[in-house]
Amino acid sequence: MDENAPAVRAENVTYFYASADDTPPRDVLCGVDLSIAPGTFTAILGRNGSGKSTLAKHMNGLLLPKGGAVYAFGMDTRDEALTLEIRRRVGMVFQNPDNQIVSNVVEEDVAFAPENLGCEPAEIRRRVDEALKLVDMYDYREYAPHLLSGGQKQRIAIAGVLAMRPRCVVFDEPTAMLDPRGRADVMKILLRLRDELGDTVVLITHHMEEAAAADRVVVMADGRIALDGPPKAIFPQVEKLRSLGLSAPETTELLYELRQAGLDVPLDALSVEECAAAIRDGLQKQK
Amino acid sequence: MNESPILKTEKLCHVYSAGTPFETAALRDVDLEIRRGELVAVIGHTGSGKSTLIQHLNGLMKPTSGRVLFEGADIGASKQATKNARCKVGLVFQYPEYQLFEETVYKDIAFGPRNMRLSADDVDVRVREAARFVGIGAELLGRSPFELSGGQKRRIAIAGVIAMLPQVLILDEPMAGLDPAGRDGIMENILGYHEETGAAVVVVTHSMEDAARNAERMIVMSRGRIVMDGAPGEIFSRGDELSPIGLDVPVMTRLADRLRAMGVPVKGSVYTVEQARDAVLALKGGGGAC
Repeated sequence: MDENAPAVRAENVTYFYASADDTPPRDVLCGVDLSIAPGTFTAILGRNGSGKSTLAKHMNGLLLPKGGAVYAFGMDTRDEALTLEIRRRVGMVFQNPDNQIVSNVVEEDVAFAPENLGCEPAEIRRRVDEALKLVDMYDYREYAPHLLSGGQKQRIAIAGVLAMRPRCVVFDEPTAMLDPRGRADVMKILLRLRDELGDTVVLITHHMEEAAAADRVVVMADGRIALDGPPKAIFPQVEKLRSLGLSAPETTELLYELRQAGLDVPLDALSVEECAAAIRDGLQKQK
Repeated sequence: MNESPILKTEKLCHVYSAGTPFETAALRDVDLEIRRGELVAVIGHTGSGKSTLIQHLNGLMKPTSGRVLFEGADIGASKQATKNARCKVGLVFQYPEYQLFEETVYKDIAFGPRNMRLSADDVDVRVREAARFVGIGAELLGRSPFELSGGQKRRIAIAGVIAMLPQVLILDEPMAGLDPAGRDGIMENILGYHEETGAAVVVVTHSMEDAARNAERMIVMSRGRIVMDGAPGEIFSRGDELSPIGLDVPVMTRLADRLRAMGVPVKGSVYTVEQARDAVLALKGGGGAC
């Protein structure tokens, strides 16, 4: 594993799903080039069918490219000898917490990965405790998972991945089934992974507000990358985002509408605080 | 004119796992009235009792105590009463596409009407009407539902309930997991059904923004009880009460509050982008390009 290599590098990746009958296969990825730097938080957005989830599953070799190649920390995902190491370094968290929990006791579920990696009992204990504390669920270590809320279950699923001490975690719409509190809890953990552990975080999402917290936003459409840049450069492109089946955060949409109506406001004031200040200043300029 | 409610609960209680160490009161003395043709959003954090509540409204679950009345009659009084309620109060679960099971879209949508003992001709009319409501073209009726996209599957599942022509249509998180275009599509379909048939629509959601945009009335639940019940503007003006119960006000409401705190006198209820825009432009005064 190369510490200095990009966390994930996709080179001209193509992928298609074969169909059950004689209809031609559906092209889902049509030549994707993407390089994700270690220690960064990248959000990948796109409408349903844009290929974002399919791309996410290539990042740790769950899917292998039909054309092109994908490298995780310099390791080729097509090399079977490296699969275990790749999956240890790049973890994945999915949408439905219930599909990711296998045990009847929280700490046993989190122990699943280190056990299967052959860790010593003392090491397993250490990792489980560490992972649970990172997601603020240590007090629930002896609970039965089915008694927990959606957000809590999702945090257990994340802990299960963190127990492998990955360097990169890919989250595929992790908050889709959660309420606002659950969503906020998960987002807090994502930022903690980048800020406190220096991990690489990749977030697949529809929620514009979540992507606003990322270092980089990649927008996919029809199996290709359509937009790529920091949130402040991407979200003001309201018309373009609408044409791609997405929408900007409400603060950006509001600033856009106000601009159309003649108010002098910037389009890149994303947070409520920044947006309010921009509007106040814009109104003052009218006087 | 004060019409009696189409659906009503009286001191509705539900306790899970009674008598075991896991005993939980999911619903506590819930008194609720839904009037004909109302557009209601039910909001609450996970575990607040919203899913339990709606499963009582069409008799899927039986109360531990209390009653559910449909058009004034207790739906638990007899099997017939429960069956009657189930045809008139339609319930669409979360991720309803997981309930699809038939060989063709047509057969899946027809399942409900067939169980209502309608004639083959009537079933056919119901299926085609329901498909129209949700924007599923006739050319898809012969296809296997499993070959279609997630959004299409969801529409088919909803059509399966609409085909029973419920007078109250209840949907649990109908927009969960859909992208912005998908969300708008489904909401349009639901509102279309409401407008054409005059049915009451109850949507359970986490999204304050979605509830704000579409509901006339919002019911807020917390720990098994209804804690707030009123128009969106009223509910969102009580932001400091919403955070402790795991909810939030819409982004635009927070923005309006922030603007007021900064000395910008934003007037009126603001919870959508359109309202925010109008409220700000109203302050743009004197000589502007209005």
